[in-house]
Amino acid sequence: MKNLKKSNKREIRITASFFSALFVVMIVYLCLYVKNNEQKMLNNSYNKRQAILAAQNTRGEIYDRNGETLAQTLTDENGNEMRYYPYENLFSHVVGFSTKGKTGVESIANYYLINSDIPLKDKVENDVSGKKNPGNQVYTTLDMNLQKIASDSLGAFTGAVVVSNVKTGEILAMVSKPDFNPNTVVQDWNKYVEDTDSSVLLNRATQGIYPPGSTFKIITALEYIKEHNYEINSYYFNCHGRFTYQDTTIQCYHGTNHDEEDLLTSFAKSCNSSFASIGVSLDRNAYGETLNKLLFNQKLPLDFNYSVSNLTVDDSISDDDMIQISIGQGKAQITPMHLNMITNAIANDGVLMKPQIINKIMSSDGKTITEYEAESYQTLMTKEESYILTEMMTEVVRNGTGTKLKNDTYQAAGKTGSAEYNGVKEDSHAWFTGFAPAENPEISVTIIIEEIGSGGDYAVPIAKRIFDGYFGVR
Amino acid sequence: MMVYLTELTKYFILFLMILYVLECVLYFFKRQEKRRSGIYIRQCIYIFLIQFFAYLSLCLRTGSIDYLFFYAFLQIVIFSMIVLFHMIYPGIDRCLLNNMALLLSIGFIILTRLDFQKALKQFGIVIVSIAISMAVPFVIRRFPNICKWKWIYSATGILALGLVLILGQVTHGSKISYTIAGITLQPSEFVKIIYVFAIASILYESATLKNVMISGVIAAIHVIILVLSKDLGSALIFFVGYLFILFIASGNYLYMLLGLGGGSAAAVVSYHLFRHVQVRVQAFLDPFTVIDKEGFQISQSLFAIACGSWFGTGLLKGVPSDIPYVESDFIFSAISEEMGVLFAIGMLLVCLSCFLIFLRTAGCLKNQFYRLVASGLGVMYLFQVFLTVGGGIKFIPLTGVTLPFVSYGGSSILSSLLIFAVMQGIMLIRKEEIAPTEEDENEEFEEIE
Repeated sequence: MKNLKKSNKREIRITASFFSALFVVMIVYLCLYVKNNEQKMLNNSYNKRQAILAAQNTRGEIYDRNGETLAQTLTDENGNEMRYYPYENLFSHVVGFSTKGKTGVESIANYYLINSDIPLKDKVENDVSGKKNPGNQVYTTLDMNLQKIASDSLGAFTGAVVVSNVKTGEILAMVSKPDFNPNTVVQDWNKYVEDTDSSVLLNRATQGIYPPGSTFKIITALEYIKEHNYEINSYYFNCHGRFTYQDTTIQCYHGTNHDEEDLLTSFAKSCNSSFASIGVSLDRNAYGETLNKLLFNQKLPLDFNYSVSNLTVDDSISDDDMIQISIGQGKAQITPMHLNMITNAIANDGVLMKPQIINKIMSSDGKTITEYEAESYQTLMTKEESYILTEMMTEVVRNGTGTKLKNDTYQAAGKTGSAEYNGVKEDSHAWFTGFAPAENPEISVTIIIEEIGSGGDYAVPIAKRIFDGYFGVR
Repeated sequence: MMVYLTELTKYFILFLMILYVLECVLYFFKRQEKRRSGIYIRQCIYIFLIQFFAYLSLCLRTGSIDYLFFYAFLQIVIFSMIVLFHMIYPGIDRCLLNNMALLLSIGFIILTRLDFQKALKQFGIVIVSIAISMAVPFVIRRFPNICKWKWIYSATGILALGLVLILGQVTHGSKISYTIAGITLQPSEFVKIIYVFAIASILYESATLKNVMISGVIAAIHVIILVLSKDLGSALIFFVGYLFILFIASGNYLYMLLGLGGGSAAAVVSYHLFRHVQVRVQAFLDPFTVIDKEGFQISQSLFAIACGSWFGTGLLKGVPSDIPYVESDFIFSAISEEMGVLFAIGMLLVCLSCFLIFLRTAGCLKNQFYRLVASGLGVMYLFQVFLTVGGGIKFIPLTGVTLPFVSYGGSSILSSLLIFAVMQGIMLIRKEEIAPTEEDENEEFEEIE
């Protein structure tokens, strides 16, 4: 350490290499950042560059899958722009609006709508003549006809409908009621905000958290199948219309007495007593894991604003809670969109496809900018499990609570639900979730109608109209 | 036609920048000075064309003729700087000179676009600074004894920094400047140079344990005063500068490890001790959840870079002025937004090539003192670039230092010019060391592009 007056070229070389490497890493980081973040950054509401683009480009059109215009920008002779929604209330939540903040597709596809990818030549021409550039056009996966059927069937009821393609994850229709007219949302804003009872602006399909009622028996059944190695035929239960376990007593819907039944029948008839007895027998930690695998307590692969369905089950949960949860009451909660995703996975051999709302983006001169492919997201259950559940859900339509769906054209499969809310026994939310055709599924439908009665009576007929519409039944 | 022209200028400018960087690479590969003259001339041409297209598009977009006048004067000043330096000191490194001219030009382009008044002010400062820096190589060569004055350097540096700590004005929570006769100075910018001289003069004869300890104490006093003034960026630059000078002087990895360990420990302690450090780190980790307050600057900077994307929006087409203190601390983001990330990367490579010239010269020198000064200045220069650019792109937490030659700020400009002028003086000394034999650099450094 004494006198080190040697040549220090080596140290200088190391220093030079170290800083050069540091710079290279930083430059690579910068490149990756630019490559990955352009869209995300522009969509941040703190970024004023949106306003600059809006001044240069006219907001682009939004279409349904067949080219029906769902949103467009009209310009009057004085150059004033107005966002116009030809179908008024029909797409109020799913397409949303861009005039008072941005919601729905207007928000999801904002980046594309405010950018213009027409050729430079056209841009220059527009620049010279003082015209704005037309923004890019967004083709959604929505089907105007199905949306109309779903909305009309729901009528004046409060609730939500989701229709999607089980093989691709494409969302074909998404309705939330009550709806509103996006053309006048700015004028009506205060009215909507003050009316906290009906929450008009809430997209119930993705943000509404409901007790799932008997539709949740799908999950309890799935857990039973898992714990019994796919052997379901040995199950037997004798129902007397009620089930008592220690201090807890629950009743079958309207106290119906189901007598002797196997698993298929108790599922088809939606026997609360039978499923409560299954519930207390299940491994609660495993049940909790099954829930997590079905995306409870987790982020969903969804571009819309949505609520997370929270439900944690483990050994610490009480018998009373477990009984309530296994029939979809008590602490159990879910959004209609989430239930639709689980249904899609059952219909698609256990594989959940990423829900998709945008098909493709085109520039206004007809050039395709981006096309979205179907993308699988996660495997929620095994093939065998999905087949057994499909068989059980088919039985619901053949001989159970969903017989209103019987017809000659297609075989549907599904599960009804009548969820009690606020502990009131008399009225319930009506649920249905299911798909068709059962043997080779194409589309799924999930319906909730608030505070009306049983799923079999109210939700199933709406599902039938939607399936009929899709399969072209008169 | 006009519209096409303005739209296309950004591509011309990028293309010229790429050519310029390629010439820099070529410079490192051609060993003999005689063969390099073509490089220097082409580099000058690119610099002037970049400025020409930039000011042309500014002029066409605003319709204001002021930009053309400014352009004319700027060209004269930059051109005179290159010619005069070369004429007075024929032995200086012309690539380094050109790099300096290019960085100054880029700074002026973006500054005239951001704030014409500030550009005018900066223009005056640059003229004075160039004049001052012209004398520096002469001084370096004239006084070979400057390696002996270690106590003068140390005392001056500590005194100047101490004065700011006691008397300085508080700007944005840090005490970094004071005003004398109407001129606001940021002493840490100048102490930087004296500091390198101080450390080098202590260590050059031999890196004995005693000398290492003396230099360590001197360096520590500087750094602690800067930390107390809340000038974290400068404190880091001084610290890293010391570490590498010591490493090169001693060749001892243990010192490096001890230094890094001590530095990390100090960083952890200051994180727990100082609220403003926590704020910076929080804004770095997740700027968007604190976007209203601490994260605002960095978020706006990220917006600017992302929206400018590879080719930039074109001059005057972006909104870089949304970033607070854009012309001093976030000039890199403004350049990225309007001139494109690719152009900005080109600029970074030019900075890197300056650093490599510094260190290559250091490697060729026989005089240990100048060797340490050259490498110390080089490390501190590049580390400052790293801090400001890395902070603006959220690669590291933000420290708020300037980008040498490019950012707005008189002290920063003058000190950067002085550093490069000192370097040119050292170049002259190296030339004398190897004279009269034919110059031949047998040292090479890998240029990483």
